[in-house]
Amino acid sequence: MQSAEAGFDLRTEGDALVLHAAGRWLIASAAALDRALGRLAEIAPGTRLRIDLAGLERLDTVGAWLLLRTARTLEAQGVVASIENVAPDFAPLLDQVAKGEVAPLPAPPPEGVLERLAAILSAIGERTFAAGAEIRELVGFFGLVMVTALRTFRHPSRFRSAALVTQMDRNGVGALPIVGLLSFLIGVVIAFQGADQLRRFGAEIFTVNLLAVGILRELGVLITAIIVAGRSGSAFTAEIGAMEVNEEIDAMRTLGLDPVELLVLPRLVGLVLVLPLLAAYADFMALVGGALMSWGSLGVTPPFFVRQLHQAVGEWTFWVGILKAPFFAATIALVGCRAGFHVSRSAESVGRLTTLSVVRSIFLVIIIDALFSVLYSRLGI
Amino acid sequence: MVRVRGLRTRVGGRVLHDNLEFDLMHGEVLGVVGGSGSGKSVLLRTVIGLIEPEAGDIEVFGEDWRRLDDAGRRVLEAQWGVLFQDGALFSSLTAAQNIAVPLREQLRLQSPLLDEVTQLKLGLVGLPGDASAKYPAELSGGMRKRAGLARALALDPQLLFLDEPTAGLDPIAAGAFDELIRDLRASLGLTVFMVTHDLDSLIAICDRIAVLVDKRLIIGTIAELLRNPHPWIQAYFRGPRGRAALAGLNGQAVG
Repeated sequence: MQSAEAGFDLRTEGDALVLHAAGRWLIASAAALDRALGRLAEIAPGTRLRIDLAGLERLDTVGAWLLLRTARTLEAQGVVASIENVAPDFAPLLDQVAKGEVAPLPAPPPEGVLERLAAILSAIGERTFAAGAEIRELVGFFGLVMVTALRTFRHPSRFRSAALVTQMDRNGVGALPIVGLLSFLIGVVIAFQGADQLRRFGAEIFTVNLLAVGILRELGVLITAIIVAGRSGSAFTAEIGAMEVNEEIDAMRTLGLDPVELLVLPRLVGLVLVLPLLAAYADFMALVGGALMSWGSLGVTPPFFVRQLHQAVGEWTFWVGILKAPFFAATIALVGCRAGFHVSRSAESVGRLTTLSVVRSIFLVIIIDALFSVLYSRLGI
Repeated sequence: MVRVRGLRTRVGGRVLHDNLEFDLMHGEVLGVVGGSGSGKSVLLRTVIGLIEPEAGDIEVFGEDWRRLDDAGRRVLEAQWGVLFQDGALFSSLTAAQNIAVPLREQLRLQSPLLDEVTQLKLGLVGLPGDASAKYPAELSGGMRKRAGLARALALDPQLLFLDEPTAGLDPIAAGAFDELIRDLRASLGLTVFMVTHDLDSLIAICDRIAVLVDKRLIIGTIAELLRNPHPWIQAYFRGPRGRAALAGLNGQAVG
């Protein structure tokens, strides 16, 4: 871009100052021109200033704006300014720029210590109220889904079984590789760390007990829920959110279709059915990982591992973990779907709400897990 | 300003343009029409370098973007403005920030000059001052297009590409937009390449019309095209809507 050759010089001619603009007054040289024109502020009030455009080669909107602005600000200071020798090519441009009156910028917010403190406090208050509203809405959404579920339960023919199967395939079968691999590795890690610590007491064999209790009660289902929240919860939000952006949800409503029934129920039921199975599979893979590691580092052969496992595992150990899965699943599905419906009509909000739904569902999963621990300890399981 | 020869593009296995050629002269407004899916928008995207053609020469300002290095391409791209169908404003930025993007990236302008130029461009496309702090989602379709146009005009380009500038606007807003483009063209000396469906804006602002049929462009003034026997062109201009729009034109000419 040619930025050179734009400029002006100031001369006294007779009783007036004359500003000879020359060269290409284009946007590329705007910054330099702006700085140079800023020095004109020193012209004394009452002076007559003629802005002579005879030497101008090219002019664009920004150049025209700079000329007009200079004339205007100087006039405001009491200088009598006029623009002269406008070439016919430039006249319409100057008119256009003069006509397109520049709207004043909105005033910047006041900056003081008190104001800033007040802003922080009010932001905290707003967040708190928003959090309360969020919880209320989530409960409300849960209620809505339950009512819809009951209605569908009375008319089972309305339930979309094809959508259910699709969701189970996508969120269950599709998650098998990643859930399997990660659980296997978790099993390996726990066996390794456990063996390392327990060896000091000569109690290596209790690594098997650690694995059995740790994985079956807690880790298997928790890992699965977190992976599924990341995989499926985000997908729920993004899918429903994209439909919201595309006005598909509104279209459904106008066609007399219930988006909750069509979109939420298959995802909710599918995930509730599939997550316990995934958790059981994760338990199995983690135990396989732990068994291999025990064999490698402790010399515990698989048959011996299985025998020790039988001793370590009580009647309930497995079910204690698996029972939590449907609750996790419902939480993930509800949080994910609800966030999807909250998308406003911009692509940005899809991304923001997807992040939010994943973070929130993992947070809630861990809270629920803690509540279960309290419940189980009360029940003495 | 634009010279295209022997252009051949293929999208998704389908040949959309074959041996297509056209010239865009300095200072003219060329309207491109054609059936849905005939490749009007693809043609625009090919000329501005978003789609790679299979064969042919494309010269804009005498340069082919495929033969330039990255720096050369940036310089070339700074010399044209593009308005996409729905404005394509960045949704995370306000209208004013959207317009400031090219100014800041290409010219490294600083505040307060940056703010002044931004407001100037907003005023130029007829947006009210309170629109500048709004996000695209809060603007109406017509205002989004105006803001998109302001962003396209930010660097004072000589050449403007418009992709369906009046689609989705009500007739009053569409008419106002046509007028805006005509005004800007007169005052800024723009050359415009415009893809459109809108017969009224074709008649109102285009000097020549290019019809995309049979993978080629047939170019001419309205009068020339009316004499063209091609069935699609006849159906387009002689259909009920075409007749209504042309009646307006004749009325104007008489009155």
